[in-house]
Amino acid sequence: MEQKTKLNAEEGKQEITITREFDLPLELLFRAHVEADIIEQWMGTKVVKLESKKQGGYLLQKTDPQGNVIFQADGVIHELIPNKKIIRTFEMANTPFGVQLEFYEFEKLTADTSKLHMHVLYESFNQRDQVLKLGMPQGINWAHDQIQQVAGKLK
Amino acid sequence: METRRDVFQAIADPTRRAIIALVALHAMTPGAIAERFDSSRQTISKHIQILTECKLLQQEHNGREIYYHLNPQKVKEIADFIEPFRKLWDERFNKMEAIMKKYK
Repeated sequence: MEQKTKLNAEEGKQEITITREFDLPLELLFRAHVEADIIEQWMGTKVVKLESKKQGGYLLQKTDPQGNVIFQADGVIHELIPNKKIIRTFEMANTPFGVQLEFYEFEKLTADTSKLHMHVLYESFNQRDQVLKLGMPQGINWAHDQIQQVAGKLK
Repeated sequence: METRRDVFQAIADPTRRAIIALVALHAMTPGAIAERFDSSRQTISKHIQILTECKLLQQEHNGREIYYHLNPQKVKEIADFIEPFRKLWDERFNKMEAIMKKYK
């Protein structure tokens, strides 16, 4: 079976591309990237701040049941063209991964299908591979969840 | 400068990728590998050394000759390298797709 989500990470380069086709109209695919309540649902994080516009910014957080922040990421939005393009930075707090530059392109395929092209640039080749190896950022997110669960059982 | 004997560093070089492609077909002696390239035998030998150090190539002694063959285990490791990350995004996008269908 062909994979729906394709990831391309060429050797020796400091970038990756991810493409994915959706059974969704272009407008809905775009909304999933600019509306806080929707992002919260599929990202599994709290959207503390989101200004979906050029020169806007965002802040994502995840807290444990005690209210401690276990994940935080933020960035600025460089460009936002509805149903077409988003350019933004992304950085996870308290990690050695640095800032990444993300290009999102939204493409209409048919009335009911669309395609997302993600192009992510890292500061260096090494940094990209470090990120890939750790399956970040959700890998870390999940690791926290698992630690949390295990810790919960110990109580 | 210390060279990183990392498998991904190893395959970043086009000559080394060509060597991998050659040896993937059948085991070869260093001499036979070097004949296929314009580079000096010494240069090719260095590439083979790097590929061996990161275990992409394995040595096999046949009489007085040394043959190099590909280590399929290690090759699989490279293919698997980006798979968890891809899967992560795949699952995420599946979730998003399901959520957004409710907004139709």
